[in-house]
Amino acid sequence: MAIKVLYFAKLRELRGRSEEELQIEPGTTLQQLYQQLFPPGPEGAIPVAYTRNRRVSQGAEAIEDGDEISFLPPLGGG
Amino acid sequence: MTARVIELTDAPIDIDRVRSAVNDDGFGAILIFEGVGRNHFEGRPVVALEYEAYADMAVPEMARIADEVEQKWQGKLSMIHRTGRVEIGEPSVVIAVGTPHRGACYEASRYAIDELKKRVPVWKKEVYADGSAWKANAPA
Repeated sequence: MAIKVLYFAKLRELRGRSEEELQIEPGTTLQQLYQQLFPPGPEGAIPVAYTRNRRVSQGAEAIEDGDEISFLPPLGGG
Repeated sequence: MTARVIELTDAPIDIDRVRSAVNDDGFGAILIFEGVGRNHFEGRPVVALEYEAYADMAVPEMARIADEVEQKWQGKLSMIHRTGRVEIGEPSVVIAVGTPHRGACYEASRYAIDELKKRVPVWKKEVYADGSAWKANAPA
């Protein structure tokens, strides 16, 4: 199934793009997708909040066809 | 009645516009908070800041904070946050709050910037003479 993933800040730099369309297996969770896209390096994984369709969501939530997904690294606004 | 201003912009912030949006003859206090680009972090010189936002989430979250201020303190709130490069001394965010009395105004202004830092998906990169780093907000 097809989804859209948005990347910000450090994750955008690591991925080398700000968004992309991806094909994923049905039943994939937010946390699983994050681990696939950003395998932990020597310093461990970057902590993120998961979002699905612009709402903060639990990592165990399953992604659905057409979803807009993002992973929010620690915020720095203000 | 002026309309609430809740925006992201990659241009310098028009502070008068943020201020005007909270005008109300029933208010006895208006505070303007500016978050400003600072030239150092832990002793290291900072030459500029770069902000980016998840606009489709950030603007609605900023509007929710304004709703909360209106309900809790019977006030009005407007705010504009920068994206892109922000020079030292330039505001990265401007928040105007108006309330009937001054006590509520100080509380509401503090609440708004603290909640923005916790909840609004915006990221800041500090640019140094010899590199750069993404900086997360410290707890209030």
